[in-house]
Amino acid sequence: MQAVLEHSPPAGATVRTTKRTGFLLLSPSALILLVWSIVPLVMTLWYSLQNYNLVDPTLHGFAGIDNYWYLLTDPDFLHALLNTLVLVAGVLLISIGGGTLLAVLYDQEFFGRGIARIMVISPFFIMPTVSALLWKNLMLHPIYGVYSAMMRAVGLTPIDWLARFPLMTVMMIVAWEWLPFAVLILLTAVQSLDGEQREAARMDGAGPIARFRYIILPHLGRAISVVVMIETIYLLTIFAEISVTTAGGPGVASTNLAYLIYSRALLQFDVGGASAGGVVAIVIANIVAIFLVRAVARNLEA
Amino acid sequence: MATVELKNLRKTYLTEEIIKGISLSIEEREFVVFVGPSGCGKSTLLRMIAGLEDITSGDLLIDGQRVNDVEPGKRGLAMVFQSYALYPHMNVYKNMEFGLKLSGMPEAERRTKIEHVARTLQLEPYLNHKPGQLSGGQRQRVAIGRAIVRNPKVFLFDEPLSNLDAALRGQMRVELSALHRKLGATTIYVTHDQVEAMTMADKIVVLQKGVVEQIGSPLELYHHPRNLFVARFIGSPPMNFFSAIFQGGDAAGSSVQLRDGSNLYVPVTSPGLLPGTKVTVGIRPEHVELASSGPNSGGVEVIERLGAITLVHVRMPDGEIIVVQTDGAVLTDVDTRVSLTLPPRNCHLFAPDGLAFEACHRHPLAA
Repeated sequence: MQAVLEHSPPAGATVRTTKRTGFLLLSPSALILLVWSIVPLVMTLWYSLQNYNLVDPTLHGFAGIDNYWYLLTDPDFLHALLNTLVLVAGVLLISIGGGTLLAVLYDQEFFGRGIARIMVISPFFIMPTVSALLWKNLMLHPIYGVYSAMMRAVGLTPIDWLARFPLMTVMMIVAWEWLPFAVLILLTAVQSLDGEQREAARMDGAGPIARFRYIILPHLGRAISVVVMIETIYLLTIFAEISVTTAGGPGVASTNLAYLIYSRALLQFDVGGASAGGVVAIVIANIVAIFLVRAVARNLEA
Repeated sequence: MATVELKNLRKTYLTEEIIKGISLSIEEREFVVFVGPSGCGKSTLLRMIAGLEDITSGDLLIDGQRVNDVEPGKRGLAMVFQSYALYPHMNVYKNMEFGLKLSGMPEAERRTKIEHVARTLQLEPYLNHKPGQLSGGQRQRVAIGRAIVRNPKVFLFDEPLSNLDAALRGQMRVELSALHRKLGATTIYVTHDQVEAMTMADKIVVLQKGVVEQIGSPLELYHHPRNLFVARFIGSPPMNFFSAIFQGGDAAGSSVQLRDGSNLYVPVTSPGLLPGTKVTVGIRPEHVELASSGPNSGGVEVIERLGAITLVHVRMPDGEIIVVQTDGAVLTDVDTRVSLTLPPRNCHLFAPDGLAFEACHRHPLAA
């Protein structure tokens, strides 16, 4: 007993030393992370509380919550927020709905399956700006576009998609880019389904629809939640497609939060207002992240 | 309860014929085991009966009805898979309920049936567990329960015990036999394990390369194998073989000369065989007797003592190894010389084409 007591203080000291060494070794990476994330965040927070407009240097100094007040009471902001949510929800719906069906389809044996699989995945490799330009000028252009030619061929008047349905069209373009990602993840998930489970379901008298509903879909649950999480992170910040096709217009019809901040900062030179928008975007992204991580974590545990 | 009849069933994959015309009839309440080495087509044959594989040609009759083109779910069969194939996202209750629900059975009826089956299989405490929370043996029981609740005409088992450890396999074997006696359902069971085949079957079908080698009761296969393949496949350790020269035969038996010049008079008929033909003599390790001196002597190379029995591996002068199964307490040691006695009534003779000669007397248990 005495021996233990005599030996315990040095042991505690060793633990402390080890802890200190570990902290020292970790500190460079922690420092870099700190500088990379905390400094821009603090600067954004600071600018969001300043009157800071690049074209009006006379107006400067502490603004308090004025920037936030203008932003949150601006009808454009509410519009952009709604557009962001519509874009995220719409693209998720299309890419996961279509992705699930395509994944099940591409899991079947058919002639030329290898080539078809490569083709369905290829849109994912095209840069957002390029694919947006392709859609804008090659496919949907009211005069030269492929769709316009097809509509004229059957006697219909071509639609100027980007002017008439700007948000829907942007959503469609982004969905076209993200559908391959969903197909890729969901196809690998479908393929990992145990063949004997499907056969057991067939023996139980389940037809193709019942097998899809009760065997394949539950099996895909985990993969779907991963796709939702990853896509949401990227879809909250859609920018290139909007910038290239509609530039947020007409008006703010296709402006999302990311584009609104961009236009405040770099089109209207209002650094203070844009920073306030950035802070609001961070808050929204975190709220979404909390819900997502919770939902996904629950799904991954099961 | 139903009969199953296979009429010249064939299966071709691309250009390769996997099942080469199998005819078989399975009686009501019969427990039939398909056995054979891997790749012999036994699982394919079972899956053809189940409806999971198309039948290339031939007829499959269940209760006299041709079901070649009937969906698997509508054939009135239930299958237990090797991997159990339980639905991982459903609990035990829902696993068993799935088939009943799809067939449109009312909720109350489903519940009574499932609870009854769960009681039979001692699964009641686990009804709310997911398959992932169960042990191998429990999953096995759920898979069997899922088959039983549907009250099928025929049970199909595809190597159901191969994922269990030896002790549990022995226990489940007994349970399955007891269950079969209780339910009295026609059962088709696929295995590569001859112990399972011998202990459970009413009738064993030995398959090799898509062809039926022999159909018969377990003891019929053991005592009267139809050819070399069945003789080698049934029995553990496998039968010993040596070549011999046919000398001549009469109604009571046939005489052959062994390598060392000694003669053996085996009670099998050999119609039409010419003296001088090379034949194969087969005898099971448990029928060879050890003697300290006499003809047929060789050196003991390996001794395997299993407690109750001892396996003695004897190297004969011509280089062949003969395995002798003898008493556990035998004192023979490695590197000593022993002499083997071959009781003629336990010997089998095989013609050059591998077919066995007809025994003059059928074994009483294999009549």
